[in-house]
Amino acid sequence: MTSTFSPPETYRPSGGYRLLPFRFADLGSERRLLVNEVGEHLRIRADDLESLVAHTLDAHSDVYLDLKARHFLFDSDSLAPFELLTAKYRTKKSFLDGFTQLHIFVISLRCEHSCIYCQVSRVSPDRQRYDMSAETASRSLDLVFRSPAQQLKIEFQGGEPLLNFPRIREIIEEAERRAAATARPVEFVVTTNLALITDEMLSFFRDHDVFLSTSLDGPPFIHDANRPRPGNDSHARVVENLERSRSALGHDRIAALMTTTSLSLQHPEAIVDEYLRLGFSAIFLRPISPYGFAVRTARTTGYSMSEFLAFYVQALAHILEINRRGTFFAEAYAQLLLRRIFTPFATAYVDLQSPAGAGIGVAVYNYDGNVYASDESRMLAEMNDHRFRLGNVHRDAYEDIFGGPIVRTLAASSVIESLPGCADCAFQPFCGSDPIFHYATQGDVVGHQPTSEFHEKNEFLIKHLLELEESDAHARRIFWSWITPESSS
Amino acid sequence: MRLHATGSAVGVERTLIGRIATDSSNAEASWLWWNASSPPGDVSDCLGVITPQTADDWRLPVPLVHSVQQLDYLASGDVIAADPNGFVRTLYRKASPHNFILMTEQCNSYCLMCSQPPKPIDDFDRLQEHLRLIDLIDPETGELGITGGEPTLFKDGFLELIRHCKERLPRTALHVLTNGRLFYYRSFAEKLGAIAHPDLVLGIPLYSDVDSGHDHVVQAKGAFEQTALGLLHLDRYDVSVEIRVVVHRLTYRRLARLAELIVRNFPFACHVALMGLEMFGFVHGNLEQLWIDPADYQEELFAATEILSLAGMNVSIYNHQLCVLDPRLWRFAKRSISDWKNVYLDECERCDVRAECGGFFVSGTKIRSRDIRAISRG
Repeated sequence: MTSTFSPPETYRPSGGYRLLPFRFADLGSERRLLVNEVGEHLRIRADDLESLVAHTLDAHSDVYLDLKARHFLFDSDSLAPFELLTAKYRTKKSFLDGFTQLHIFVISLRCEHSCIYCQVSRVSPDRQRYDMSAETASRSLDLVFRSPAQQLKIEFQGGEPLLNFPRIREIIEEAERRAAATARPVEFVVTTNLALITDEMLSFFRDHDVFLSTSLDGPPFIHDANRPRPGNDSHARVVENLERSRSALGHDRIAALMTTTSLSLQHPEAIVDEYLRLGFSAIFLRPISPYGFAVRTARTTGYSMSEFLAFYVQALAHILEINRRGTFFAEAYAQLLLRRIFTPFATAYVDLQSPAGAGIGVAVYNYDGNVYASDESRMLAEMNDHRFRLGNVHRDAYEDIFGGPIVRTLAASSVIESLPGCADCAFQPFCGSDPIFHYATQGDVVGHQPTSEFHEKNEFLIKHLLELEESDAHARRIFWSWITPESSS
Repeated sequence: MRLHATGSAVGVERTLIGRIATDSSNAEASWLWWNASSPPGDVSDCLGVITPQTADDWRLPVPLVHSVQQLDYLASGDVIAADPNGFVRTLYRKASPHNFILMTEQCNSYCLMCSQPPKPIDDFDRLQEHLRLIDLIDPETGELGITGGEPTLFKDGFLELIRHCKERLPRTALHVLTNGRLFYYRSFAEKLGAIAHPDLVLGIPLYSDVDSGHDHVVQAKGAFEQTALGLLHLDRYDVSVEIRVVVHRLTYRRLARLAELIVRNFPFACHVALMGLEMFGFVHGNLEQLWIDPADYQEELFAATEILSLAGMNVSIYNHQLCVLDPRLWRFAKRSISDWKNVYLDECERCDVRAECGGFFVSGTKIRSRDIRAISRG
């Protein structure tokens, strides 16, 4: 009977192979990391890479089959590698599908906190001058609903947005009417320090499915030092109102963000433990932004990127230890990078994507009616640099704001596939660009990668995660659990 | 249990498909199953009468098949087909959760381990019988399998069958075993998607992360390309797919790499089944190429299962006895063998986890793992 079957040789390619596009990095120890356009990667021996590009790789070897299966080479006229690659490429870039999804409303510039790193807030009773008016809010909503995005997200920021709560209520109610009329889901987030939240606000937020995002910098001695307010009770208020908010809205309806100051740098474990103690299942370890007041007070809050990265590494090791002991707890930036390293799926993150999200993924409607390309753009504006002002809700049309020269320039100068220093970087499919960061720190939207802190941070973190993932099977399982809720090991 | 038997036919002029009725007062257009030694009364409404009795002296106004042995399990609501030569086939058993339609015996692949070797015959005229069967199946049936051969070789007839199921059996889950190769043609996938069957899954085999490995196993050059594109096309038109991998000597080495390929390229698959070898059909002739003691591939099976499971994919292990399986994999093991194929060994009588174990295929008890043993939970 076996005579009717053909041997394996019948099905093997006969005519050599050709390369598909990929980039590579030196991992040391005669090893190379190969990464293709869609983020598939493989670690191989340096001499195998040399054979590969010399077209002398043995077609029977495991490394050949590995490279073929991950679409680094092809050896027949089969369409499969190309169709699979294009499907993955479309998937990876599908965050571009909807155009602007995130719409940030700066509802009031006023705040009762005076945080040492704050970019924009004013301690002022002048509502007239610093709060968003009803007319500005309504004109902003007109623009939001011109967006072709299938899903919309409206985020309220400040200052402290709750100081202008009646306007938030109006906007949410009006946005819900318009969303129902256009059959598009709209999500709401209020970024608040929680200090002023009332039961009335909470019941409104509960009725309208509003998410809250608050600030927590760590235990009281760090948090209160970073975030002074009258009475110096910021931490105590967060803790108290966090519990109230959770019981009103549900435990998972409130997230927190932390900002790292030079004081924080000495206490990575204590900061992580504080998040854990307060019942959070994730932390977002963020360096200070190089904008606004933060730049002016750099002498007291400033630190180098390498100091931040040492802090991050220590905090991440502690987080992994917490997970090893059986508690799920994730780091948000690692989560984003890992999703890109491990999965074929799209991840939108306006400050780390290609092209960058400024304008095409996010727009900021300032209290005064000016529209900016990102949160950072309006922070620059508070330093009197209006370069990224797209227009004004009272004067300009949607087409001119979102199709104008600023949005076009930002998009065109943030395609990392073509940026100097990025175009040939192996880590590119996991990374992104941030033209506004580079403008703020280097005076140029394209940026100079060898001296860029953005580059320093992302290259370091991607390498660090790849190293952990390769060398530590337990860490790899933990990483997977962060990015796939259903994941089980 | 036998699903067919031969009796003596009287007045059966063509193949007659009908439901079984056991009560003569409620047997309109049905095959009346009659066990008594004397003939039934008024049967003029019936499609026919079928009986285990020797009844060549019964004078009935309708077709009769008598002396039918070994079909005693037939019950009201089952569906049979009786041929003019007295051959009776059970097409559907109402009480079984494992009903399937064997759509065709033709196939465009020739898999080394095929459990149901294809026949190069033109049997496209079976379609009418399949459509008739669907009319007669109880609409409350939970699941119905469509198998072959390769069911999609019917092309438009395959689409018609799926459409007919949606119309007549809207609450019945359909599970189609297909090699997916014809969905290389995008319009075929588009037409299947347009039917919008509410509960349809195509179970599609994939045997290697590289084309040469897969094509060798299915003995068809270009099959990997066709199946891979087929999977993409089915996803594009919202047809659910399950990926099925048979683990044997030719597939176990790159099993983890195949799992990675699935995670990266076909993450939309609703289920991945990693299956042990069934000792049927072509397997016997190719045993030397195919057989590996499952005890010897547990490391590869664990690695593949973990890759799929960590990525959040729904993964199951079929056709493996628990005593052979790495205990870390037990929670993925499903009792997957159809009731009529499934047996246990004497050794299994003393086993504490027998109730959770899938056991053996009737045909799989001779060549078996050295690790088969009763497990004591004590």
